[in-house]
Amino acid sequence: MFHIYCPYCEEWREEEEFHAKGQAHIQRPLDPESCSDEEWGDYLFFRDNPRGIHHELWVHAVGCRKFFNITRNTQSYVILETYKMGEQPRFTAENPNGESQGGAASADLDSQTASVQEARA
Amino acid sequence: MRQPNRLNQGGRIDRSQRLTFTFNGQTYQGYAGDTLASALLANGVDIVNRSFKYSRARGIVAAGAEEPNAVVQLGESAAEQVPNVRATQQALFQGLSARSTNGWPNVQRDLMGMIGKLGGKMMPPGFYYKTFMAPASMWMTYERYIRKSAGLGRSPSESDPDIYDHMHQHCDVLVIGAGPAGLAAALTASRSGARVILCDEQEEMGGSLLSSRQTLDERPADKWASDVLEELADNPDVTLLPRTTANGYHDHNFVTLHERRTEHLGHTAPSVAGKRQVRSRMHRVRAGRVVLASGAHERPLVYAGNDIPGNMLASAVSTYIRRYGVVPGNQLVLSTSNDDGYQAALDWLEAGREVVAIADSRQAPKGELVEAVRAQGVTIIEGAAVIEAQGANRVKGVRIAPIDVAGFRISGAVKEFACDTVASSGGFSPVIHLASHTGSRPQWNDELIGFIPTLPKGMLVAGGAHGVYELAEALQDGANVGSQAAQETGFEAVSVMLPSVKARSDGKAMALFQVPHDKPTLRAPKQFVDLQNDVTAAAIELATREGFESIEHVKRYTAMGFGTDQGKLGNINGMAIAARCLKRSIPEVGTTVFRPNYTPVTFGAIVGRHCRELFDPERYTALHQWHVEHGAEFEDVGQWKRPWYFPRTVNGKRETMHEAVARECRAVREGIGILDASTLGKIDIQGPDTREFLGRVYTNKWAKLPVGKVRYGLMCKDDGMVMDDGTTSCLAEDHFLMTTSTGGAAAVLEWLELWHQTEWPELDVTFSSVTDHWATMTITGPKARDLLAELSDIDLDREAFRFMDWREGKVAGVPARVFRISFTGELAYEINVQARAAMHVWKALFAHGEKYDLTPYGTETMHVLRAEKGFIIAGQDTDGSVTPEDLGMQWAVGYDKPFSWIGKRALTRPDTARKDRKQMVGLKPKDSAVVLEEGAQIVFDPGHAIPMPMMGHVTSSYYSPTLDSGFALALVKGGHERMGQTVYLPMADGKVHEAEIVSPIFLDPKGERQNV
Repeated sequence: MFHIYCPYCEEWREEEEFHAKGQAHIQRPLDPESCSDEEWGDYLFFRDNPRGIHHELWVHAVGCRKFFNITRNTQSYVILETYKMGEQPRFTAENPNGESQGGAASADLDSQTASVQEARA
Repeated sequence: MRQPNRLNQGGRIDRSQRLTFTFNGQTYQGYAGDTLASALLANGVDIVNRSFKYSRARGIVAAGAEEPNAVVQLGESAAEQVPNVRATQQALFQGLSARSTNGWPNVQRDLMGMIGKLGGKMMPPGFYYKTFMAPASMWMTYERYIRKSAGLGRSPSESDPDIYDHMHQHCDVLVIGAGPAGLAAALTASRSGARVILCDEQEEMGGSLLSSRQTLDERPADKWASDVLEELADNPDVTLLPRTTANGYHDHNFVTLHERRTEHLGHTAPSVAGKRQVRSRMHRVRAGRVVLASGAHERPLVYAGNDIPGNMLASAVSTYIRRYGVVPGNQLVLSTSNDDGYQAALDWLEAGREVVAIADSRQAPKGELVEAVRAQGVTIIEGAAVIEAQGANRVKGVRIAPIDVAGFRISGAVKEFACDTVASSGGFSPVIHLASHTGSRPQWNDELIGFIPTLPKGMLVAGGAHGVYELAEALQDGANVGSQAAQETGFEAVSVMLPSVKARSDGKAMALFQVPHDKPTLRAPKQFVDLQNDVTAAAIELATREGFESIEHVKRYTAMGFGTDQGKLGNINGMAIAARCLKRSIPEVGTTVFRPNYTPVTFGAIVGRHCRELFDPERYTALHQWHVEHGAEFEDVGQWKRPWYFPRTVNGKRETMHEAVARECRAVREGIGILDASTLGKIDIQGPDTREFLGRVYTNKWAKLPVGKVRYGLMCKDDGMVMDDGTTSCLAEDHFLMTTSTGGAAAVLEWLELWHQTEWPELDVTFSSVTDHWATMTITGPKARDLLAELSDIDLDREAFRFMDWREGKVAGVPARVFRISFTGELAYEINVQARAAMHVWKALFAHGEKYDLTPYGTETMHVLRAEKGFIIAGQDTDGSVTPEDLGMQWAVGYDKPFSWIGKRALTRPDTARKDRKQMVGLKPKDSAVVLEEGAQIVFDPGHAIPMPMMGHVTSSYYSPTLDSGFALALVKGGHERMGQTVYLPMADGKVHEAEIVSPIFLDPKGERQNV
């Protein structure tokens, strides 16, 4: 069972509080009427299923009810980060170590421990 | 009563507490501190089970979780039985009763055993598949009998009287296993300040220290263990969980621990002060770090006849002698590939019994233990092994021969020895299961002759679980890992003074798995690899010859590693044999994957308190008690309990559902009925952009709906398929109240929030669920206005308060919102009041309604009435593949709205625009007495050869007292163009119903009745 850091509540919570809502960053075309049937079909039905780093949309359903994104490794199930709507991921398939500056806070086990320690102090 | 194999002294049992127990109906005695297995061995019980496939006699082999044979059905009554309990893990208690899981008529005289003897050669792997393959249709029949004669435990046939629960735990460091490494780790981590949970699956914590021959600080090893445990118990930040198995390691350091709280006390949990105690508990632990200190299991050697009772693991022999004061035989032969095995010989000699011979596969072994045994004059045959044990219900002798391991053959003359017990040791396999539960593949280590874990993030390993076997090293390893875990969870590690250990000088172990026989494997007496599943070395050899090369395939073909023990003893031997046959190395053959759970977990512990009335939340409306008092039958709608119908007693006879529904329908159509509609989802939507938002999520227009008006809306997904419907009322320019279907309320709210937060955050709009805040009472029928007029200050004039209006006012003196909308087709008012006032208003309505014969009705009548009007129920008449156009509801679609609302674009996709899509129609059965079955398939040509083309299905079907006929709503291919045509519904019993396609609006198509 996942341990998920809600970027809005700024707390670690159990997976049971969340719902997974599929692939993140699927944007509805701004002008649907100008889309070809194929383009609209791609938007509706086609999703990535990568082995490795994947960005997912989740909602803190029995918490703050906010939607946010998770970068997760679909093979190891390690969650690399969680970030708010409108933000961009730090970890991507092209940049699996999150080497760029800035970006969202890391949400892995060690920062979890650190945050627990902070809370304790 | 005699316990022939019990020593007069020694062990950790309490000889002052004699316990009586029964096994297979026979009464025996043991002592407090015994396991069922040690007590059976003390009483000289050789046969504890019959084997799965060949029905061979089987005895106790091990002393822990890895035991494959002594799997029993615990308990007597049908309610309290527990299947598949390992006798080695079951503490003895007064009155314990257990039976073997296999064996008919009993384990001593087993009829199936004859089949095993006769058929042994004829039951190769895949025997059942190959023999019972044809005809395929008979497999179900064969399977029933095959399962009957095989099988392990039986599930209890009555409800479990016990209670179980869950606890959610958080800790810095979870230590799994309280042997030397685990104790040292827990001690170090806890002294460093970490919050520690230490769990161990045995009755007593201490692991190998409880039966060790070694000393710590020149005291018996168990004394150090008890000192450490005392310190840990005194630390409020440490939780000790004995009798607790870590069964599953899940993502992000989530571990499930199964604590058996009362299993050592009785067949059911005892009561304390009148309260039944929790039988077992699941701890759901989220740990900062997990320390895996689960130790190692000894590997038996694979030789002919190695399953005859009397064959045991060398370490198990030591454990029974040292911990339980039980010596399970008189004359021992030891077959070993390492020094550890010699401990069994020393313990056996100390117990005053005879060691007949030792076969050591190594040339010139000379460790400290070897010399100690040699000094006592025991014959040690070097470079040799037991190649065969002989006997039927108990070992009678062995054949020992020098072996050439590289050439896989015997290399000299066979010698025979009489004995009754064979101890074997092929070295140790780290218990790595938990480390691989989340998918890590273990790695083979040639030096250790075993797999060591690849650690998931957040897990550390100490001691035997990664091959650190030597006591001093294991203690140091545990201490190091304990301080590492403390540091990694934010504590400053302190160093701990470890006890001094007199180091033991061991000779090097040798890799030995299957022992060669003087006959080839396929012709030699059976050499068992997996005792629980009766998988032999020959079976694995045959599987590789038949082309199964991956160990995963070999496993499934032979059933190796299946069952309750999951291959704890046999898997590595099996892999080694497959590797030998395929001329590959063990890691090339593959590694096996372990999955949760490590040992079987009773369903009770998994379920916890989530059963019976706590299985799922039940939701009641504010009027529930009234419904109960008035004899309502209830229906589950999602989590809601809704009145289904209100049967009356007429002339001493209770109405049937059919009678009650007919009466309720008539009341609404001719007089007045009342429905508790409080369960409808209600979402309060506010903000200046609410209209714009509604226009985007609904198919129809909302821009101009005035305050005081209500509108019906359809909601689609972006694929154009209807997901929900309901009415939305304009309360103020920036304030709307949306209703949803009862079952769809939560999903619709999340849907609205999804679009608002992810696509249109610029819209200023907020959503609140108010379902529970408002009670909704629908009064409907020609007399509805008359009744409401008596109770309300609202102007009910038909021009002042029109159909699809809503008004604020008072009803029975209480502030109310009254909506003039209709789901029945009759004049109707939906009265909404705050939930706390609901009962007052409801009772006032009845007080005034008596003269109108106000009739309460339930969901069944509601369904009939709405279906007569062709009103859909989203989720019943739609299934996620139905567009508004399929429903013939173009009137509710705003094709020319400026924003391309959700679902619009998809309506012109080629598949959505097809003319032969399933479309909603009404069906009128030719025989009016027929009520079609919901879900029944529709065909156009009943004479067509099977399979007939299926052209649609019935979605709703009822008997209408108003029409005095059955009627139905259905989805039919191209249905809108087929009005008046006849369709056919072939039923399972061979009958074929005929029906005419008609409009789905059966009553008052112009809507005059609701508009009065």
